[in-house]
Amino acid sequence: MALMSLDVVNQSASTSTTPQARRTLEVAKLIDISRCIGCKACQSACMEWNDLRDVVGVQEGFYTSPPDLSDQSWTLMRFNEQVIDGRLQWLILKDGCLHCQDPGCLKACPAPGAVIQHSNGIVDFQETNCIGCGYCIAGCPFHIPRLSGKDSKVYKCTLCSDRVGVGLEPACVKACPTQALGFGSKDDMLFQAEHRLDDLRERGFAKAAVYDPKGVGGTHVVLVLPHGDRPEAYGLPANPRVGPLLTVWRSGLARAAGVVTMVAVLAAGILHYMRRGPLEVPPEGDQGVKP
Amino acid sequence: MTNHWADIKNADVVLVMGGNPAEAHPCGFKWVIEAKVKNKARLIVVDPRFTRTAAVADQFAQLRPGTDIAFLGGVIRYLLENDAIQKEYVKAYTNASFLLREDYGFHDGLFTGYDEAKRSYDKTTWAYQLDKDGYAKVDPTLQDPHCVYQAMKRHYARYTPELVSRVSGVPAADFLAICKTIASTAAPNRVMTSLYALGWTQHTVGSQNIRTMACIQLLLGNMGLPGGGVNALRGHSNIQGLTDLGVMSHLLPGYLTLPTDQDPDLKTYLQKRTPKPLRPGQMNYWQNYPKFFVSLLKAWFGAEATKENDFRFDWLPKNDKTYDILAAFELMYQGKINGYFCQGFNPLASVPDKGKLTAALSKLKYLVVIDPLSTETSTFWKKHGEFNDVDSRAIQTEVFRLPSSCFAEEDGSLVSSSRVLQWHWKAADPPGEAKGDPEIMAEIFLALRALYQKEGGTFPDPIVKLPWPYRSPRAPAPDELAREFNGRALADIPEPKDKTKTLVKEGEQLATFVHLQADGSTACGCWIFCGSWTQNGNQMARRDTADPSGLGTTPGWAWSWPANRRILYNRASADPAGKPWDASRKYLFWTGKKWAGPDVPDIKPDAAPDQGMSPFIMNAEGVGKLFALGGMAEGPFPEHYEPMETPLSVNPFSPKSAGKTLSNPAVRVFKGDREKFGSPKDFPFVATTYRLTEHFHFWTKHTRIAAVLQPEAFVEIGEELAKLRGIRNGEFIVVRSKRGQIKVKALVTKRIHALTIEGQEVHTVGLPLHWGFEGLTKPGYLVNTLTPFVGDANIQTPEFKAFLVDVQKA
Repeated sequence: MALMSLDVVNQSASTSTTPQARRTLEVAKLIDISRCIGCKACQSACMEWNDLRDVVGVQEGFYTSPPDLSDQSWTLMRFNEQVIDGRLQWLILKDGCLHCQDPGCLKACPAPGAVIQHSNGIVDFQETNCIGCGYCIAGCPFHIPRLSGKDSKVYKCTLCSDRVGVGLEPACVKACPTQALGFGSKDDMLFQAEHRLDDLRERGFAKAAVYDPKGVGGTHVVLVLPHGDRPEAYGLPANPRVGPLLTVWRSGLARAAGVVTMVAVLAAGILHYMRRGPLEVPPEGDQGVKP
Repeated sequence: MTNHWADIKNADVVLVMGGNPAEAHPCGFKWVIEAKVKNKARLIVVDPRFTRTAAVADQFAQLRPGTDIAFLGGVIRYLLENDAIQKEYVKAYTNASFLLREDYGFHDGLFTGYDEAKRSYDKTTWAYQLDKDGYAKVDPTLQDPHCVYQAMKRHYARYTPELVSRVSGVPAADFLAICKTIASTAAPNRVMTSLYALGWTQHTVGSQNIRTMACIQLLLGNMGLPGGGVNALRGHSNIQGLTDLGVMSHLLPGYLTLPTDQDPDLKTYLQKRTPKPLRPGQMNYWQNYPKFFVSLLKAWFGAEATKENDFRFDWLPKNDKTYDILAAFELMYQGKINGYFCQGFNPLASVPDKGKLTAALSKLKYLVVIDPLSTETSTFWKKHGEFNDVDSRAIQTEVFRLPSSCFAEEDGSLVSSSRVLQWHWKAADPPGEAKGDPEIMAEIFLALRALYQKEGGTFPDPIVKLPWPYRSPRAPAPDELAREFNGRALADIPEPKDKTKTLVKEGEQLATFVHLQADGSTACGCWIFCGSWTQNGNQMARRDTADPSGLGTTPGWAWSWPANRRILYNRASADPAGKPWDASRKYLFWTGKKWAGPDVPDIKPDAAPDQGMSPFIMNAEGVGKLFALGGMAEGPFPEHYEPMETPLSVNPFSPKSAGKTLSNPAVRVFKGDREKFGSPKDFPFVATTYRLTEHFHFWTKHTRIAAVLQPEAFVEIGEELAKLRGIRNGEFIVVRSKRGQIKVKALVTKRIHALTIEGQEVHTVGLPLHWGFEGLTKPGYLVNTLTPFVGDANIQTPEFKAFLVDVQKA
């Protein structure tokens, strides 16, 4: 972690300067939905590598299991049955953190250093700094982080920052049997993704597209969507963006406004005192209540 | 597999039918994705439900369970009617031109020779016309009305798209679109692979399902080529090894067969199993049967086996009837089997009709379970609430549980679907008192032998005198067993062409089964494994990933039977003159002196093409059989018969036979089981059982992560059926068959829709089967509570894939 801390370029609720000595390659995970068979090997590998064990739940009428992301499930296959152009499609999304270039969670977080961003693009939570306020949950346009009921900390996919930091691919990528998951430099992943579109278009998926939403500055998990014009069909927002309030919150303008507000409040208080004098407490017993 | 996993990437069309590899074989399925991505292959999926394989398919059709032959028979008709066959291949490499006996015939769903009382056929007429030398007569023009090609055309004329649609429920337009894609591979430069698994085998017409595809692949010229073949995706690790080693009641290692009481001596036994060639100049490889068999007896009985005593042929058990798994449980049910060894097997969950199985196991005096896990079979006597509602006090069976090791806790080899024997090394010690299977077996054997030595008994010789030459008699080591399977020379073997020279020295490991002898001078425990552990060491441990041809052959990776050959029948990848059908997919070819290519030739290496030796060397005629002669129980051409439980009352392909041919006429049904078949009046819906990615059979419910990923049993029903019965997604429902009922959660889906079959609406009920009352998942019913106790007419694989049920809200 000491070495990896050199790669932190951004951290929540902090104005201190980040280290500049070195820069790493921007990485990305590629999820090619057209190659995905929903086998959940990624879920399994995630639990194995991170030593997570979700509860053995119950069947509620879905292939998705566990039913939702949690502190123990950082990635989850979501299964969607859709009829598109008269043809039944079973759309399978590997859900989890997309590692935004412009991360809403980081912007929303009020706890210094609880959310960090590495120069390779990974957005990571530092749970020791987390205060459990849940602002990151509200700030995430993809609804990913989950608060643990056990320790009131928030958890999500780390993109296996520990593995990536020593030159390995994320555990889910290693486990994927059909190479629906790829990992490498973001440029390479985008190149591969674009290449896949030709094949998909030739097979009749005229609207196939790469999902790398600009509203969050692009992501470090990019997807190949056969129905690229309908990301919502997979359960992905069509135009995700960091909430405008968060943008203001994190901007210099917000700080300036904060200072202005503070000064104004102070000034108003002084003014009030000068005009009305001290607050006088009425004598006891005169509160309109008779014994 | 005739081909192998990596070879799937060479296909232009991948047809998945009778299987669901994305779920059941996710790691192997990477090669299908590879074919799509790198080879622009089209993936066709035909299945009773829209699976995870269908999720990545280019074409999908939902068919009614049990109508595969109707569908594929329709494909055969389409190919023949549209002349979409590879004519040159069909003429040269199949028996299309062979003339059939004039008295062979097929009428109203029955082939000639049917005996209704015995429910079996006299197969005399299912034969070729022979000339004076005993060779089959042929008509290379394919015009003779008695030739196989014409007989086939007549047979499948009934399989029109309209009838296929009425029976299978697949709209005719979808069916024809799939036919068109399949037919595209009749071109010499296009190849289709067929991937199947239990979805084809677990029917009363299981073997014929596969044969129908074999016929299609022969007509298209797709056998023996990279990217082609008929490929069985095996389920269990190590089920391919199990069949290879003959761990079935009628088999011996290497697909040799156990003698029956009709084989009084070695000579009679060998005569029946050593075929004569049916065409001149053919290799007829089974002519070597005596070499394989005598070498097996030498491996087992060592110095005890001599020419004078028929190599101890008398020591082998002789089958008086079949003892397949259904027969064994029937005998147990009748109280005629009273002790049962159950090794690596969970029959209470894996054999049909749990009620009958529980009754059968309850009649045993003792049951020995050898398994790494606590199986349902081992606790069949224990009440587990509603899920195993038994009265333990009434069950007197004594159960012994012998914990065994898992694959990662032992050295050994596993045989993959690709026929590749891959060695693996022990990673950890087994926990607690668990021991390896050979150790457990050896200890039981030694204890038995001691008892026979002390007390004598009926015919003790095979046990008392059995050689037991292992370093540690109590624990034969995997490497010793592997060497034994490979075989060695027991005397100097002379060079056949120059007897003064020695081919193999006494005591040396054999390099190939070509060196096996019928005179007792070689020992070999499994002839097809010969070559796996040679003088050069353990070939199964090789790990060379080099693939010089780029076709995925990797000849230095582990070792595949037979003879490290990766694609069977590969001689057929070249035309009769020895030139590859497709220059861009060059595999085997004739150099002018010998056969060459990236694989081991599946033909005599120096047999010039003009000698006319045909590629299907295991067949006495040298060619692939569109017409199976007497090889199959229910007919030489696959014919559609309904499952034993069917929503129909008449077989639409043979409506005139008054119900006699509704279901497979050669199926064996035990007394009492027919009464337990349900009728569509009481059980209107068609059910099928299957597996899911998240679990492996009944094993992985014992592991936490797999239990998390698929925690509880469910049944899949379509939205129409849910509406019909007022069932909401996620609620408990009851599924009933004539044999029992289970309570299970409903998963309502768009992926199964109602079909129109002969004008009536038919619903499909999908039953994943992984759960039970042992393990870490939520406890549940065993799905085989519902399934019928009946199997395939040839090898008795139970009909788990098509039966009738009713569903109701719980």
